Amino acid sequence: MPLLAIVALAAITYAFRIIGPLCRDRVTLSPAATVLFADAAAVLLIALAATSALVNGHDFAGWARPAGVLVAGLLAVRRAPFPVVVLAAACVTALLRLAGVG
Amino acid sequence: MGPTGRTARWRAKSTPTPTPLRGSTLPRDVALVCLADGLVGLSFGATAVAGGLPWWVPIAMSLLVFAGGSQIAAVGVTLAGGSPLAAVAAGAVLNTRLFPYGLAVADVVGAPDHADPAGNHDGQRIGGPAVRRWLIRLLGAQIITDESVAFALRQTEPARRRAAFWTCGLSLFGAWNVAVVLGVLAGSVVRNTSAFGLDATFPAVLLALALPALAELRTRVSAGTGAVIAVVLTPVLPAGLPVLAALAGLATGWRQRRRPARSLAEASADPMRAAPSTNSLTGER
Repeated sequence: MPLLAIVALAAITYAFRIIGPLCRDRVTLSPAATVLFADAAAVLLIALAATSALVNGHDFAGWARPAGVLVAGLLAVRRAPFPVVVLAAACVTALLRLAGVG
Repeated sequence: MGPTGRTARWRAKSTPTPTPLRGSTLPRDVALVCLADGLVGLSFGATAVAGGLPWWVPIAMSLLVFAGGSQIAAVGVTLAGGSPLAAVAAGAVLNTRLFPYGLAVADVVGAPDHADPAGNHDGQRIGGPAVRRWLIRLLGAQIITDESVAFALRQTEPARRRAAFWTCGLSLFGAWNVAVVLGVLAGSVVRNTSAFGLDATFPAVLLALALPALAELRTRVSAGTGAVIAVVLTPVLPAGLPVLAALAGLATGWRQRRRPARSLAEASADPMRAAPSTNSLTGER
């Protein structure tokens, strides 16, 4: 992956980041629009979590990874600290793989 | 944190609204997110180098791009044999979500309005507060991430939103980059990173971050529908696009909004009701 590709990705990423704060002065968002954008962020987070838990490239990631993420999700719902949640995900997945689960 | 804190956390299940606690637990929560994301950064650096990329690639990406999901996606495409263009496209499409994030937190990314008494006449002022406001805004934009936005949205009061955003964003920038360097070092020693389950850490962090935002039924319906759409489309669409298609889920959630306010009030009174939809998201298709 050449440096040029990294710089291009960085520039595009920064452009997406700065549009919102720059438009802020010119556009006043209605309360409904603010709620909509907050909801959009939540939808994207959950969709990214679901796809990165279940899919590897274009294929099913195997059972070990989603199982680890499921345990982490249950711990998060029970308000376990973040590092516990993350370590649980890695440990469950690693142990399942050790046991031969794909 | 003493035993009281632990009890409070576990009791929070039956406590209607834990909101008053959130401001005071900010430093601890940010530290925990940094630690959690550090583990993801560690796995990113290790995976990239173990896969055969030069050591400086994950490090440069983390400093310049600073968006975990797109970094993982771009490196994933590259390691799977994709072209640099495909890698950039996958990362860029994934980062389009930073645009709605930017709008959602636009009020806290720049300096506070009262910091510049001349206020909204930026164009007529040269130097001084106007320039500083611009620099702060340009810097603030770089630390717009899933995490800093999630922390900001958990707060309702503007000052707390601002503190949460900047504390989380700056801490995370430091933690993420240090962790990736450590991961690069580890990855040049350990080759089989999937044996350690490191690939499960990224979705786990995203899930833990999104849960507090799912307090309302409307959001849960949107997110649940969106997740199903994204997962179903992933095998057929290029990387990055399915997550964007998930935004169509908003339509279902906003139909819920027209229903009687009772269901919304009920949902927000008990944040733990997020559980059922969460399970269906992560458990199975």
